[in-house]
Amino acid sequence: MAKITFIQPDGVAKTVDAEVGLSVMEAARQNDVDGIHAECGGMCSCSTCHCYIAEEWFAKLTPMEDDEEGLLEFAWEPRETSRLTCQITVTDALDGLVLRVPEQQI
Amino acid sequence: MPETCVIVGAGHCAGQAAISLRQKGFDGRVVMIGDEPYVPYERPPLSKKFLAGEIEVDRVYLRPPEFYPEHQVDLRLGVAAVAIDPTQRRIDLADGETVTYDRALIATGSRPRILDVPGADLPGVCYLRNIADVTEIRRHMAEGARMVVVGGGYIGLEVAAVGVQCGMRVVVLEAAERILNRVTAPDLSDYFTRFHEAHGAEVRCRVAIRGFTGSDRVTGVQCDDEEVPADLVVVGIGIVPNVELAADAGLACDNGIVVDEQCRTGDPNIFAAGDCTNHPNPLLGRRLRLESVHNALAQAQIAAANMCGEAETYAEIPWFWSDQHDLKLQIAGLSTGYDETVLRGDMASGSFAVFYLQAGRLIAVDAVNSPREFMACRRIIPRNKTIPPEQLADTTIPMQKLI
Repeated sequence: MAKITFIQPDGVAKTVDAEVGLSVMEAARQNDVDGIHAECGGMCSCSTCHCYIAEEWFAKLTPMEDDEEGLLEFAWEPRETSRLTCQITVTDALDGLVLRVPEQQI
Repeated sequence: MPETCVIVGAGHCAGQAAISLRQKGFDGRVVMIGDEPYVPYERPPLSKKFLAGEIEVDRVYLRPPEFYPEHQVDLRLGVAAVAIDPTQRRIDLADGETVTYDRALIATGSRPRILDVPGADLPGVCYLRNIADVTEIRRHMAEGARMVVVGGGYIGLEVAAVGVQCGMRVVVLEAAERILNRVTAPDLSDYFTRFHEAHGAEVRCRVAIRGFTGSDRVTGVQCDDEEVPADLVVVGIGIVPNVELAADAGLACDNGIVVDEQCRTGDPNIFAAGDCTNHPNPLLGRRLRLESVHNALAQAQIAAANMCGEAETYAEIPWFWSDQHDLKLQIAGLSTGYDETVLRGDMASGSFAVFYLQAGRLIAVDAVNSPREFMACRRIIPRNKTIPPEQLADTTIPMQKLI
């Protein structure tokens, strides 16, 4: 398990116990985190699980593939620290990860 | 504010509606009725990762089972709704129970179109719509065994890809002159045919199925002039909307349950959403029925809001996706009625997009391993924008510039 904190669109932080091996998106969905829609169910096809990663964590994540980068370019207000949470696998090393959920997804 | 909202159906759309009702702050009673024994789950993985055995059932659930009691959603699973009485605002269940409602949402989805030929009920002749279907298909899957896919649409091609991945000998039989006939341009049909052939599947078009042969299980597919041997047949020839409950309740149905842009039926207390609806789309300027996750989720949210007394309107450009082997197809818009196509990129590279134009306006895109083209078109299409074809085709112009 890794503790992951989502700062939801209304500013309320929700810390969840994320199962190792699931994606961060799945951990959000299992815990009913607001603002992560994940329409495609984690297939890197829709961009609706977009989050901003806390800066100190961003470099620790596995790098992006081109399909994720392509979707993010057109996501709602992308930033340097944008990621699609369906493409981040929960590991023990991510214990303490903090992400901010954008105000909207598309 | 209504006191009781009842959701008929427990699929992707129904599940989203329950989630949305609670997100909207609805604190009355929510009852969800579904004939399958599972909490709401996502269907897209069923023909992909779940069929391939890469993920377990709990990873297709929209929310974990405990979400529903925690959010006071009264689940009635494994029991079908059999009748809706709009005057009494009552729903009868197959087990003899009844549930009364202030607002009801019909999210009954759709079911596979059945190929009605001799031998259709032989074991090993399968369809793919729900978890039980996948369990049955997987029972017949084995390395080296023969899989025949009837229907070269998205479901059929996804199943064919999984069959090949699992070491099966796969033949796709399509009745029309080309696969994906209904949804893509001929060039793209050719591309997908070559793509699946290169992965080891055989694709045959203009094949009429006369029946299935076998005594205690299917052993072959009888076509016009030959029999194709089969250990497993998966039929994917389209779906039909589940409108019977609505029709029997006196609600208007015409290729789907007729709703307005707020997901309202003719009865002020009954809403409908998802695959089962015939709905107007102001962005497309016409009524349509969609077989789409995006539509199911979007309408679920609209219906939930309006069941709580709001007046939200549905206006979305449809979008779809399909994963086959390492190919990701993303589709925005509907290409119906196009009079021109424009290719961006090189098909041989495996990364390209086909734009569909109608009188110069961009109406749809099929993007193959091209997320930027797909995402850009989701923004461009609703604007009814005319972009010169030579600009669309020019890969040196970033898609951002064309929005």
